[in-house]
Amino acid sequence: MLKHQCPECSYIYDAKIGDQFEGYPPGRLFSDLPDDFTCPDCAVRFKIDFIEVSSA
Amino acid sequence: MKTYHAYTKSGAEISYTDKKRWFWLLSSFFPLQALIGIYFHHITDNQLWLLLPFIIIYILAPLIDYILKEDVSNPPDEISLALDADRYYRALTYLAVPIHTLSLLVVAWWIGTQNLDWWAYLGLSIIAGIVSGLGINTGHELGHKRTNLEKNLAKFVLAIPFYGHFTIDHNQGHHRDVATPDDASSSRMGENFYQFLYREIPSAVTRSFQIETQRLSRRNQNFFCLNNQILQSYAISIALQGSIVIIFGLEMLPFLVIHNAFAWFQLSSANYIEHYGLLRLKEKSGHYERCKPHHSWNSNHIFSNLVFFHLQRHSDHHTHPTRRYQSLKHYEDLPSLPNGYLGCYLIAYLPWLWFYIMDKRLLQLNHIKGDLTKINIHPQKKIFLLDKYRHNEYQEAQESC
Repeated sequence: MLKHQCPECSYIYDAKIGDQFEGYPPGRLFSDLPDDFTCPDCAVRFKIDFIEVSSA
Repeated sequence: MKTYHAYTKSGAEISYTDKKRWFWLLSSFFPLQALIGIYFHHITDNQLWLLLPFIIIYILAPLIDYILKEDVSNPPDEISLALDADRYYRALTYLAVPIHTLSLLVVAWWIGTQNLDWWAYLGLSIIAGIVSGLGINTGHELGHKRTNLEKNLAKFVLAIPFYGHFTIDHNQGHHRDVATPDDASSSRMGENFYQFLYREIPSAVTRSFQIETQRLSRRNQNFFCLNNQILQSYAISIALQGSIVIIFGLEMLPFLVIHNAFAWFQLSSANYIEHYGLLRLKEKSGHYERCKPHHSWNSNHIFSNLVFFHLQRHSDHHTHPTRRYQSLKHYEDLPSLPNGYLGCYLIAYLPWLWFYIMDKRLLQLNHIKGDLTKINIHPQKKIFLLDKYRHNEYQEAQESC
């Protein structure tokens, strides 16, 4: 499972836990997030900007 | 006075003392001014005292800004983490929430129990609205933060003027689309304040509802559910304002309508001046360039920054939206407003004066240099403005290159 981080505000999308508040269930891969995915915390970085930070 | 210590990359120790530390209390307590007017009305029996906050907000504050000028000091980058972690600063934003609640309740009690002349009723209602507009600013600072406590406090303080959709529209809509024609909260060159108001206020509701509906549908939930962040805040508004009507009677309805409308008016005043005419350009990919500091009008005027939780350092706020108010920075060569927000609001309310002062400033910006293609122009004024400024000195210079 991969983690991706917002380079602006450090929000981390961890595919293992998803983001239930935003409606992404555990196990939803980052690549499967919608193309218009916007950082839920700062909203000024988009899917294309996120950086892969680690794999487990 | 607390001093922070940190080390630079080269290992040198640096220390920093925030000279503004205690002055930030102004942001928490400035909303109490309606109560000062009430106190003086009480002891003198002269209703004119109720209008005192108009003098404080629209005459004293711009004058103090004019006299004290600008503060361009920045905390060192190495200190930012420690400054952000200091809980004192966030406690002041928490404190502002009960103060705003108290202000509304005391004003409602005064209006509901005193036999005021119509002009005093109207004036005090407008003042209560302006004060709750400051509450939207508190909600703005809180709503950008990650913790549940801050997010919930934002919902509460935004509920005071019935503006619970603000956080979603602002964070996920305005910040995403800022300084583009797609954003109803970014004013356009040639668009006057009243046209902007008419465009912005309804759009903030519809855009926030769309964004929240999308989130809830991803969760397989209907818009009308307990998890709806907007409806949660609206429910608090109904409880709070409903209680005022139940306690003091139906004659409180005009007060609440005027109060809410002027709080929204206050927010739109800020939004109008924050991005006037500024435009993010489209890249080859078809996407807008990232929001940079020059996509916001900035103001370093010290007094109004101290009563607005540093909102006027707007360039840094849009570049780093989750940065806490005490750490917001000044940059060189920014689009700069001629006064603090409160003084600029007065200019904005007189469209001819606003255009006279700001159109010139806009065209002279270093990243624009008179190039109208780099400006967010009001479509209805496009032909007029192109004709008016087509042959300005900058474009002539460019054409001759």
